[in-house]
Parts: sequence; structure tokens; C-alpha cells
Amino acid sequence: MNLLLEGLSAACLLAGSFLCITGGVGLLRLPDFFSRVHAAGVTETLAAPLLLTGLMLQMDWSLDLLKVLLIMLFLLATNPTASHAMAKAALHGGQGPNDEKAEEDKGSIS
Amino acid sequence: MRDLFAVAMMFGIYSLLTAALFMDLDAADVAFTEAAVGAGVTTILLLSSLRLTGRWERRPKHSPLLPLLVVGVTGAALVYGTLDMPHLGDPQAPVHQHVAPHYIENAPQEMGIPNIVTAVLASYRGFDTLGETLVIFTAGLSVFLLLGSRAGGRPRPGKTAIGEQPVLRLVVKVLIPFILLFALYVQLHGEYGAGGGFQAGVIFATGMVLYDLVFGEGDARLVVPARWLPRLAAFGILVYGSVGLYALLHGRPFLDYTVLAEDPMVGRHLGILLVELGIGICVFAVVLSIFYALSGRRRQP
Repeated sequence: MNLLLEGLSAACLLAGSFLCITGGVGLLRLPDFFSRVHAAGVTETLAAPLLLTGLMLQMDWSLDLLKVLLIMLFLLATNPTASHAMAKAALHGGQGPNDEKAEEDKGSIS
Repeated sequence: MRDLFAVAMMFGIYSLLTAALFMDLDAADVAFTEAAVGAGVTTILLLSSLRLTGRWERRPKHSPLLPLLVVGVTGAALVYGTLDMPHLGDPQAPVHQHVAPHYIENAPQEMGIPNIVTAVLASYRGFDTLGETLVIFTAGLSVFLLLGSRAGGRPRPGKTAIGEQPVLRLVVKVLIPFILLFALYVQLHGEYGAGGGFQAGVIFATGMVLYDLVFGEGDARLVVPARWLPRLAAFGILVYGSVGLYALLHGRPFLDYTVLAEDPMVGRHLGILLVELGIGICVFAVVLSIFYALSGRRRQP
């Protein structure tokens, strides 16, 4: 039973770390704003709960377990919303998808 | 970097990293404050002032060499100052020799609460904390004087700067009760865990700010009218100060909590609770009034 929990926890942590790394790579390598938001948002939304589940499997039954669960629920609600808000803000700011020219202009100013 | 929007974001990230650093040093209460104030509210206030001033910094007329020199010399002086400081975690450092051992050894017995930080903040050093709360109150007063407590046009309930956002609306509607509940938890649980009046006030104000941002400019003013806020801030200070005066009237030193109840221990609990409540109300009112003052104005062309 203990070994099973350890194994599950390790699998969750590894999968979460892998997703974090892929999200980071996507954030750095993808061409325009929307694909980057997509890379970061989608992977983080799965990675954070996976990591937290991995941690929860190693904990005893206690109030701390419940707190981590609440953090997970909070992240599950806010993470996709943040990505959504960022994409909306970019659209609102006049940057369409596939608008690589605008991206280059922005890069030269800042 | 001329994009002030990016600068505000950088500042928030810096605060969040600092909070992580404090957490790494096991200073949970400080980290909590830094995350709530530095990364949370300050970023919002900076962004709302950017809405009034515009996003791009003007190119300065003078050359950047003189400011660079000033910054370089100040930085070098600060680094030189650190050479005399004891190493981090050195048990012989003066700060660990003075009153800290007494607090660490005796706080749980003398105060009867597990969180030493709260015991030091609200009881041993209650006078200093009264000063800190007064500083915040003064900051709020200056904002009232400079920007006007009822500045700007009338509130426009239901109209947001960001337009109709059904997804944000739904998520925020679910989150806000929990944010306010969490603020109350932080307020009342400060004796046992990380947190206290400062953090709770900021978190409560953040909940209201979030409501105002997503549901419409001025919607928060329908819940907490702007004219309440100066009175609320003063009321918070008044609660704090009258706890101290109450002790004076009973012939005890200022802010001696033992007079509040028959049992000195119960008195100390009650005192810390009341003082934290005063801090929470004051911080909430000041943060929210700064946000109102900034968000209620229209940009001058």
C-alpha cells in the first residue's frame, strides 16, 4: 500500500515536472503571443494539480492535506481564467492571431 | 525599458520572488505580507495609476550618466555597509542577543498563543505597531488630500473598462466569497498561524477591488461607499488607541492588555484580537480608498 502510494506520487510529480518543462519550452520557442499563452496556460493547468496531487499522496491525513486540496481547486479555477484574460487583453489591445508583424514591432519598442 | 506596464509587472514579479525568499528564511508572516501587499495590491494600484498617466515613459532630456552615477555610489555605499554586518544566522549577532531570546523562550507561556510573530507585533511591540498603523493612516490621509476622497466622476455601476466578460464574471463570482472568507480567517487566526490584521485588511480590500474591476466601475462603491472609508480608517486607529487608553484609565501602562479581563491571559488574548481588528479595518479602508481615488478619475487629455 505504502509502495503503491509512493509510486503514484512519483509518477504524478514526474508527469507534472515534464509538463512544466514543456510549457517553459513552448513559452520560449513558439512564434506568436497566442500560441505562447496556449503553451503556458494549458500545461500549467495540468502540471500544478499533478504536482500537488503528488505531494498530497505523500502526506498524512491532516488539515494540511485539505489546505493543499483547496490550493489545487483555486489554481484549477484561476489558471485557465488568467490565460483567457491574457488572450482577451491581447485581442483587445489590437493584436490578432497570426499577427507576427505586430509582435516584431512590439519587440523593437520595448 | 520605456513600457511602464512592463515595469509594473516586473515590480510585481520582484515582490513575489522576495516573498519566496522570505518564505525560504522561514519568515512566513513577512512573506505573506510581501505577497499580499507587494505582489498583489501594489501592482493593482500601479496599473490603475497607469490608466491615468499613460503607458509609455517620456524620454528624459538629460543624459542618463548622472543618475547612473548616483545609483552606483549609493549601491557601493550600501554594499560597503554590509561588510560590517554579522553573517546571516550568526548566533552572536546583536539582534539575536538583545530581546529576541526572551521573546522566543517566554512568548508561548506569557501570551498563551503559538505564533510568536503575532505576540511580538501586537503585544510586546504594541506601541511600534500603533506607529506603523498610524503611518498607513497618514498615507491614506495624504491620498485624500491629494486626490480627494470623492474624486472623479460619479460611479458608473455595471460599466467596466474591460467590457463584458462572461468568463471572468462567472469565475470571480465564485471566488469572491472565498477571498473575503479567507481574509476573515487570516484576521482571526493570526494568533495561531501566519497572518494578522495587515494581511487580512489587504486581502479584504483585494476582494472588493476584484469585484469593482470585473463587475463595473463603481459597483464596489455601492457596497462600501467612498465616504465611509476615511471614517473607517480613523475608526480602526480609534479601536487600537482606545485599547491603550483603557489600560491608562485603569492605572496601568499604555496598551497593557491585562486589564481587559479578570484573567490576565484572557485579557491579553482579547487585547491582541482587538488591536489586530483595528489594524485590519484601518488597512482595508486605506487600501480601498487609494484604489477608489485612482479608479474614480478620468484621464485628463
